[in-house]
This record gives sequence, structure tokens and C-alpha cells, in this order.
Amino acid sequence: IIRQKIPKKKKTYYAAHVMTPLLSAPGKKMAAVQDAPMELDAEKETKPEILSDGTSNLSGNTASGTLSSPPLTAGGAPKQEDQQTLIAVLQFLRRNKLTESVEILRREACLEDQEDSQTLDGSGGGKGDGDGGDANSLLSRVSIASAAAPQSTLTPIPVKSEYDQPDVSVVLSAYSQQGDPSLYQVYYSSLKNFIESVLDCHRAELSQLFYPLFVHMYLELVYNNHENKAKAFFEKFSGDQECYYQDDLRILCGLTKKEHLKGNEALLDFRTSRFVLRISRDSYQLLKRHLQERHNNQIWNIIQEHLYIDIFDGMPRSKSQIDSMSGSFAGETRREVNKAKVFYGLLKEPEIEVPLDDEDDEAENEEGKPKKKKTKKDSMGSKSKKQDPNAPQQNRIPLPELKDSDKLDKIMYMKESTKRIRLGPENLPSICFYSFLNAYQGLTAVDFTDDSSLLAGGFADSTVRVWSATPKKLRKVKSAAELNLIDKESDDVLERIMDEKTASESKNLYGHSGPVYGVSFSPDRNYLLSSSEDGTVRLWSLQTFTCLVGYKGHNYPVWDTHFSPFGYYFVSGGHDRVARLWATDHYQPLRIFAGHLADVTCTRFHPNSNYVVTGSTDRTIRLWDVLNGNCVRFFTGHKGPIHSLAFSPNGKFLASGSTDGRVLLWDIGHGLMIGELKGHTDTIYALKFSRDGEILASGSMDNTVRLWDSMKAFDDMETDDFTAATGHIHLPDNSQELLLGMYHSKSTPVTHLHFTRRNLLLAAGAYNSQ
Amino acid sequence: MTEREERRFAEVPRESIKLMAESSGVELSEEVAALLAEDVCYRLREATQNSSQFMRHAKRRKLSVEDLNRALRWSNTETICGYGAQDALPFRPLKEGELFFVEDREINLVELALATNIPKGCAETMVRVHVSYLDGKGNLEPQGTVPTAVQSLSEDLLKYYQQITRAILGEDPHLMKVALLDLQSNSKIAALLPYFVYVISGVKSVSHDLDQLNRLLHMVKSLVQNPYLYLGSYVRSLVSSVMYCILEPLAASINPLNDHWTLRDYAALLLSHIFWTHGDLVSGLYHQILLSLQKVLSDPVRPLCSHYGAVVGLHALGWKAVERVLYPHLPAYWANLQAVLDDYSVSNAQVKADGHKVYGAILVAVERLLKMKALSLTLAAEGSGAGLPAGCPWEEWTPVSLPAMYCELYSFFGDSLAVRFSTGLPLGGQNSVHIMMITFCCFVLRAFLTGGLFLSRVCRSLARSSSSSVSRSRSSSSRPGRSTSQSRDIFPKARFPLPQAGPPAFSFIIGGRQMGRRCQGRRFQTSFSPTPPLTTHPPRAYAHKLPVIGRVSKPVRRWTCSHYSLHLPL
Repeated sequence: IIRQKIPKKKKTYYAAHVMTPLLSAPGKKMAAVQDAPMELDAEKETKPEILSDGTSNLSGNTASGTLSSPPLTAGGAPKQEDQQTLIAVLQFLRRNKLTESVEILRREACLEDQEDSQTLDGSGGGKGDGDGGDANSLLSRVSIASAAAPQSTLTPIPVKSEYDQPDVSVVLSAYSQQGDPSLYQVYYSSLKNFIESVLDCHRAELSQLFYPLFVHMYLELVYNNHENKAKAFFEKFSGDQECYYQDDLRILCGLTKKEHLKGNEALLDFRTSRFVLRISRDSYQLLKRHLQERHNNQIWNIIQEHLYIDIFDGMPRSKSQIDSMSGSFAGETRREVNKAKVFYGLLKEPEIEVPLDDEDDEAENEEGKPKKKKTKKDSMGSKSKKQDPNAPQQNRIPLPELKDSDKLDKIMYMKESTKRIRLGPENLPSICFYSFLNAYQGLTAVDFTDDSSLLAGGFADSTVRVWSATPKKLRKVKSAAELNLIDKESDDVLERIMDEKTASESKNLYGHSGPVYGVSFSPDRNYLLSSSEDGTVRLWSLQTFTCLVGYKGHNYPVWDTHFSPFGYYFVSGGHDRVARLWATDHYQPLRIFAGHLADVTCTRFHPNSNYVVTGSTDRTIRLWDVLNGNCVRFFTGHKGPIHSLAFSPNGKFLASGSTDGRVLLWDIGHGLMIGELKGHTDTIYALKFSRDGEILASGSMDNTVRLWDSMKAFDDMETDDFTAATGHIHLPDNSQELLLGMYHSKSTPVTHLHFTRRNLLLAAGAYNSQ
Repeated sequence: MTEREERRFAEVPRESIKLMAESSGVELSEEVAALLAEDVCYRLREATQNSSQFMRHAKRRKLSVEDLNRALRWSNTETICGYGAQDALPFRPLKEGELFFVEDREINLVELALATNIPKGCAETMVRVHVSYLDGKGNLEPQGTVPTAVQSLSEDLLKYYQQITRAILGEDPHLMKVALLDLQSNSKIAALLPYFVYVISGVKSVSHDLDQLNRLLHMVKSLVQNPYLYLGSYVRSLVSSVMYCILEPLAASINPLNDHWTLRDYAALLLSHIFWTHGDLVSGLYHQILLSLQKVLSDPVRPLCSHYGAVVGLHALGWKAVERVLYPHLPAYWANLQAVLDDYSVSNAQVKADGHKVYGAILVAVERLLKMKALSLTLAAEGSGAGLPAGCPWEEWTPVSLPAMYCELYSFFGDSLAVRFSTGLPLGGQNSVHIMMITFCCFVLRAFLTGGLFLSRVCRSLARSSSSSVSRSRSSSSRPGRSTSQSRDIFPKARFPLPQAGPPAFSFIIGGRQMGRRCQGRRFQTSFSPTPPLTTHPPRAYAHKLPVIGRVSKPVRRWTCSHYSLHLPL
């Protein structure tokens, strides 16, 4: 309960601090955005950036746990504890020299006096007893989150170590009072015997306990310097764990000293976040009775302290059901987390007068084809007339206004889409492979523009290269002096400003100082984003081919970045475990999405731009609401770091691919896993739905592109009320039926996939000569 | 930790720690060293773990030094410089001092700076578009069939390539000769090699055109002979093209007027040439070739021309190949061949003619086998093992003794084999030709008997083949054979009765049989026995009585007692 209090307070702080209102009309009044509350924030944020990271991380961390839980009632807990929590927060703020925040919090919570009386206790740092101790351990819990976040290392180092050290020890000290280590093996094996003897239907469920218990007991032994006992314990029981925990076990088994624990982020995470298990009520009762009968307090304590058991009524789940959902760093999703409403529908298309007749005819004439009958006020147009009930309000997120060029582009898009090939199991797309030759530098990221006219590659040698995928060459805009000479009234002014001398097939963009891990084109093709190991995201102009902005904030490698489908916003995620939402005209992030327990490896915008999805090394996927920064969906089930994500074009579904070679399909509205596509033998780096969503293409390191029948996968899933309510799905093992085709490249891992507007599949990768 | 765990991680032993400390002048106690060792191991693992994420994000499978350095940098540790080279650094042990070190040779900068061979710059990173799959079906063109797509060809090379291919595949024989000569000697065409190989691999598409096939084979020959070309793995592709010409039932061979036999002979020679000159470039090539030849030979469904190809291919690869593949296979194959040769039906005439080609080829092959084996034995007996014909040293099987082999072969071929060993001298050569002519005359006659209509055609083809095989036999028999010394002047005399009017009814047998051990000589018999008129016997039975060219089966044995048998002392 105490823990849940913090976020609430944190949230108020957060609201004042990070939650800048999204710009009302970003396209227009950039100058006007900096309204009063914002200024205050900016001031605060700019000072010690690292700290804001720490705190934001903190707020996010806690947010992840509670955001989707029902709103807390103020009277839920004793007032005393509530205040202690606040005091702990205050102490933390003070220590980090956030004086203004301290002031605000004090004022808001009317805390002046109590706080004063308790500060001494708290700063004393005693691990001991009474009220102060309580606050202190709380504090430690809170601050461990920031310590865990690698962000904080960027402060002057002495400072860091100063407050890093005691915090860690405080957290770990929770391990110190536990009972006799020599009996751990006995405890564990008695539980094991018990679980193995229960009825089959309960065994699978209770077996979930093995892994978290095993890890906690092992860490406890290590922490208390029982090195040999720990080794023996590991040796005896590590074989029992599920195979998908192998990676974690490998890390664990290297840890044999207390000192090692201190620097290990993964384990701090394990310690600080409660491992979530979902167990049916029957099984839980069974377990509880057993532990009480045997007076097995040791186990019971661990369960109480470190695990979160989500009890549900109904049938116990089967082994396969459990396996399909488990595998993440911190257990499964709590059921209530995915209950929040998500507006996954698409936004209404703007009404554009399509001058179909004349332009279309012109185009046809150019190609020398006979004229077609027009009347192409087609499905696209009619569909956009009605408001989708699941769609968010048109102005839920302020979006940039359409420029004339955007409207032209929309018209082009509609024209192209009328010529689109309808794909299906009988009608598979053609595949065009873009092989990068001589990529000695190592190709790390690829992106196509939506109209497939440009191609960008990020390389390990810090360069970004842009190619023209059409015969039209890339040209820069003329220099300022030359531009002055141009007649601005002429009709072809846009043509005149281009410098013909600079025409070339490709352009190199230099600026990063580390491998470029992510590139993304803006929808209007004027900008390109790149994220790099050097901790920055850069915005490049595709008119001048120069760098416009370097967005600093991550401070650690930025693994991925993605432009919003409407432009202006973009999201980035990196090694600092947070994803950030930016607007191109702000050098500070607008939102910080924190909650992942490990690196954010990939980020994608929802087609309606109201949500952002992130995949992480902690093997979970989170969907974030751009409006309020909440985590609205939390998906577990992958057994390895997630490296690719793709929304279906209708916004309803999400596909994710990971290093384990599996693609999982998710229903966003219901928050359910609805499919598993097995077949790839290596990391899946690219996922893309066809333009109409009938086909899902996946590209992998194993040099293959596979096409899956996504329509069938979505249709086959029965989403009755029961499964929707419990989230217990039976995944049909039908990967083979869904696999429509597998296509090999000779020696080219597939790094990117893209469907052209006419549904031709473009794949890209670097030819590997070995 | 268990054995398993121990092996899963690299361990730094405490001795190493101590050594390292010593080298920097610190004495460590056992305890400290142990602790340090453990910590070092842990840190190493941690760094490796952290570095793997850089590898994953760079979309690579191989962890690089750079990845590790990045992990170290982000954990505030000094990076390690000097290991960024692409090549593996050899880690050498020094036995005396139990020392391991990375070899680090000194580089003479002056020399390097003044070196004339300036390394070329890397080619520009580029993107190639390639329609890999159309409508989800079929690979239009496997990606990267032309690996040099990576290098761009210069204008000149491209022109050269076009000219050469046009000249070789064109009509003008003189131009072709010039082009082939140039291909043989040009030192600057390495970049074009894959293109040429690709062109040559087009044999499959011109299998109806003997002329084109021939030209392509000549192109192969020129490429193989060019001393400036490093064929590398293209050898495999060339070999497969040549093998195609040898083994496949080419479309051109449907028409019996086409002399695809010569093409096969030529291709077989070429194969052996490639193998002996470039066989070392591809490991296991010899075995692969043998295997595919064997497969063809043992496949009764294949047409006889394929079998012929397999036999000449084996022959070209040397007597060891014959001994290894053809010889053990002969009994099984013989039955099939015999069946073909015994079928006198009109419709079988063409096939039978082919069968005789195969027969001839086998005969030549086994003859060579026997002679070379005898030669090698005598050489070995004389102790001059160095003179052995270049066999393949990696072959391992128990060789059959020469007499046993001879006996068995004799049981198949009978006199026609013996005959060949009686031709050692130039004078004898004449005789051998004579004998061969006699043999083939028999074929002609038989063909006449079975179907006079085909006579002329068969005759022509037989005449041609006989002359070719005769010339071969002459050249090969010029070496002194084992048995030539005594038997050369005793030749079997074959007598021909004149063709009679009416249905011809005679047969001609050259048969042999296996000898008992004690026998001091060989017997062979030439028997002519009038056969009953055709009208009274169905053709099948008639054929049954004509096991013409010897066989192991009973009837031959029976005939050994006939009056016509002659005693031939060895």
C-alpha cells in the first residue's frame, strides 16, 4: 500500500514537471507555446538534466505499476504513512538539490512542520527502527529506481557514488534478516516436492513460483556471503527452471559475490519490481494451506515481499497457456493493467477535394494507356466519412495542419491506392530486394519514405546515407545568396530553388559520433531522423541535407526513433530504459515514458498518432498514451529482447518480433495475445503489414522474408467475453497454416521491410560476402 | 560450480593473475590472486554481456572488438586499443616459458610508404535493386549469381566480353580461333571470369546444338589453360557444365546423324584436364565426379549415350577411376548391356548400335586398366615406385590382383580382350585393326540380318566408331603389355561364310571363359553354327542362342567344348 502512495504524489509532481500541455496548434504558433507552467518546467529541467531524468524515470517506474489501476482513494491508507511517503519524497528531492520542487511539494502538501521534525532521522541514514526507518526504507526503494536507471551516472561521479552506495545497500539489506541459509535447499525442495505432488491442473500454475523463488533465494544466499551454499543451491535447482530463463540464469550464475550485486542493474530490477504471477484461486489456496501447515515461513515471506500474486477465479490455466504469457523479466501482466480504454481507431481523413478528372487523365495519358473511367470517389473516401467509434477525438492530440504539399501528397496517395493490388493467400506480393553492397561500415538501420521514393541507411561508421529510389536525383537547395536572385513569383519557384549542380543519386549526412541505430523519414519527406549510440537524435533536412537539430536527453545510446504518421512528433527509446516523445521544434522531450526494466529497443507510433508502442530488452511491450503519458497496455510473452514492432493499418492489431525468432500478434482493444507465428530461426528485425493488412511480412537475420496470412490469424481468434475478461487465451498452433511463403536471400539479412502504396514488398539489407 | 558451468565461461586462472601482477611489479598472495581472478572473470562476463547488445543493434551475428570497447566505455572503463584489425590475431604459445602472446610484427613504415602497390580504395557503398520474387513465386534469378556485381566492370572489359563471346559463339571459325587463343593468354580478364562461367553454364539451354556446345567446351578449355586466371570455386561450375555435356542425354543425340559421341569424348578429356590441373581448388571434387559418374552408370533408366559418357569420363580420369568404379560395376552392368545387344528387333537397331558404342568404350577402358595395372605392378616390383602413374593417393580400397581381374574381364570380353593384348608392335597394330574390323563387320552383318533397312545408317556410324576406337586401341596398345610378348603372333582367325541368299542363318561367336588355375593357356573359340531359319523360331529364342560377345552364363561354358576351340598358350 505504501508503495502505491508514492506514485500518486509523484504524479502531481510529474504533472507539474513534465507534462507540458501538448501544443495546441503545433504547425502555427510555436512562439506561443511557452506558456507559464511550461517556463517553470523548462527552467527546472534544464538545470540538472540528469536529475530530471532520474525523477522522471522514477515517476514512470511507479506509474507503470499503478497508472492503470483504479484511481486511489485518499482515505485508503492511514494518514501517517502517507505523510511519511511524502517526507521520503522530499528528502529525495532535497538530496538531488531540486529546491524548487521541494518548495512546491511542501506548499502543496502542507508538510512544513512534520517534515522538519523528521528530516534528521532520515538524513541520518540509519537502517533501523521506528518511524524514521520506515521512511528511510521507503526512500531507498524510491531512489533505487533512479540508481538503477543508468541515467544518474552522468552526474559528477563523486556525487553519484555518494548517494548510490547507501541506497543500494539499503535495498539489498532486505535480504539480510532472513533465516538460516543452510535450510534453503530444504525449503525449496520441500516446496518442489509439494508442487510436484499436487494435481496436474494446479501443478502448472504453481510451477510458476519456481523461478522467482529460485532467484530470490539465490540472491539472498549470495548477499549474505554464503558463496558455496549459493553455488550448491544453483547447481541443484537451476536445471528445473524453464528453458526461456536460460539467459537470466547465465547472468545469475556468474554472480557469486556480494560486491557483484551492487553494480548489476538487472538484479536490482528484479529486486525492486515485484514479480507478477497469475494463479487461480484454487491453486493459491492450495499453496497457502501447504505453507501454513508446514510453517514454511521462509518461502511465505518471499512470496509476500517480492512476488505479486494476481489471483483470479476460475479454471486453472494449462501449461501452454502459462508458457505463452511468461518469459519476461518481471513476470506476467497484472490483469487490471490492460483494462484501460484504448482508442485504437483511425482518425477521420481530412476532406480533400480530389481533382480526379483532369489530373488522372493526364497521368494516364503520360503513360500512354487508355483512359479509365473515373468516379474514384472510392472506398477510401467513403470510409473516412464516418467516425470510427473506437477512434480518438480528432483533436485529442493536437496535430499539425495540412499544408498544400501534404494535400497534394494525399491526392497522390489516393490515386496510387486505387491501383493497389489486393493481396491474399492466393495473391502474394512481389518482392524487391534492395541490397546494400560494400557496406563495410555495417548497415544498422534502413527506412523508406511512405511513397518509396527515398531510402535512408544508418551505418555503424556514424554516417547516414540517403538514396533516391527513383531516377530522380537528389538535389540541395541553393545557397542563400543565390536564392536572392530567384524570381519568387514564378510558377516553378520550387524547381528554381534547387541547385542542379548538386544532383546525385545519394547524399551522405555526417554528424553523429557513433553507430546510427535508427532512421525514420518524416511523412512529408522533408526531414529525416536518426538516432545514434552517441546519445542524440538528429533531425536532418532533406532540402539542404544538413543537420537541423540534435536532440539531447537520452545520454545513452538511442536504439530507435520513429516519426509520427502525421509528422511533427517523434518518439525515441534507448539504453536509459525510457522512451521520449519529442516535437521537432522543442529541444526538450514532451513526454517521458518510463517503466521498462531494461533498454527500450524499438519504438513505433500508432497510426492515429495518439499512442506509442515500445519494445524492450526486458521482453515486454508497452503501449503508451501520448496524451497523458500513461502506460495503457503491457504485453508479456516474448522470450527474448524485442527488436521489431508493427501496427496493422487499421490500428487494431500489433505484431512484435524478437530475438527468439517468433512473431506475436496482439489485439490492442482487448489487450490480448492472439497469435504466435513460429518459423524464423533468428532475430526478427523487420515487420510490416501490407497496405490493407491482409499480409504480414517478417524479415529476419536468417536471410529470409516470410509472409503470413494475418487476416486468417485475426479471424481465427475467438474473442468471447470469457477470454477477453480473463486474458487466458488458447493459442492455436497454426504457424504452418498461416505461413504463406518463405523467401530466401542469398546472403543478406533482412533489416527492413516496406510495402509500397501499390503493395509491392520492398526488403532491404546489407549483402554479406562471407 | 559444475563442470558444465565451468566450461560455459572463460576462466582466468589465478596463476595468470599472479603473472600479470608480477609483470607490473606487484607480489600477490594466493588469496588475493584468487579473489582477483574471480572478480576479473565476473567483470569480463559482464562486459561481454553488455557488449552483446551493441552487436544485436548493429544487426550482426559476430561480436566485434568495437562492441566490447563500447560496452567498456559506457561503463566508464578504459577501452582497449589496437585490436581492431579485421584479421584474427594469432595467439601463440612459447613452450619454454609457458608464455602466450599475440604476435605483433614490426612494420617498416618507410617501406610501406614507398611501396609502389598502393592499395585501391574501397568501392562506394551502393544499393542494388533486384526483383527477387514475382507474385510470391519463383526466384527470377538467384540473388548474387554474379558476385562481381559488387565490382563495376569498366567499359573496356565490357566491350571485350561482348566481342569475345560474340566471336566464340558466332559463325566465323577463324574469329573463334583468335578469340579462344586470346582467352587462353589474356592476363587481365579475371574480373570477367564469372561472366564467362555464367555463359558457359548456358550449355543446358543449347543442348540441341552440338556446334554451340562444342564452342562452349572450347571456351572452357581456353579458360582452364589461361595461366593468369585463378578459377577458385568457379571450377565447380565449369566441371558441372562439362559433366553436363558428358552425361546428359542431349537433345542433339536424338538424331543419330549427330555425332554427339565425339563431343562426349572431347568433354571427357576436358574434364580430366580440369581435374588434373585445377582439382586441388575444390576439395572433394574427385569424389563428387566419381560419384556422379557412378550414379549415371548404375542407373539402368538412363540412355546408353549417358552410360557411354560415364565410361569415357572414367576412362579419362585414369585407370584408377576405372578400377574403382567401372570394374566392380561391370557384372551388373553387363547384364543390361547384353540384353540390349541381344535384341535383334528392328526397333532396337539404333539402341543396339549405341550399345556397341558403350561396349567399345568399356573395352578400351578395361584394356587400359589392365595395362596400366600391369605396368604399375612391374614398376613396383622393380622398386621404382616413383614411376607409378599419378594415381589418387587418397583412394583406399583393396585392389584386386591383376590375374584375377584379367580372368574376370576375360570372362566378359573373351577374345576381343585377348586380341587387344596381342597387338604390341606397329606391325601388330595393323593386325589389330584388322581384327577390330572383323568384329565390327560382324556387327554390320548382324545389323543386316536384323534389319536390312537400317544397314546403311548403322554401317556408317559403326565405321566411324570403329575407326575411332581402333585408333585409340592402337595408341594405347603401343605400350608393352604384360601378355604381348608371347601371344602377339598368334591371332585368332575369324572366318566368314559368304552371305547366302535367302534368310541368313549363321552366327559368329567370340567367347571366352574363366580358366582353371592349373591351366597353362587360354582357350578361345570361334564358332560358326548355322542357325535354324528365322521362320521356325520366334526372334526372342533366336537371339537367345546368340550370346555373341561372350558372357559368364552357362551357354558359353558349354560351348567351350566345341570343336572349334583353339588352344592358346600364354
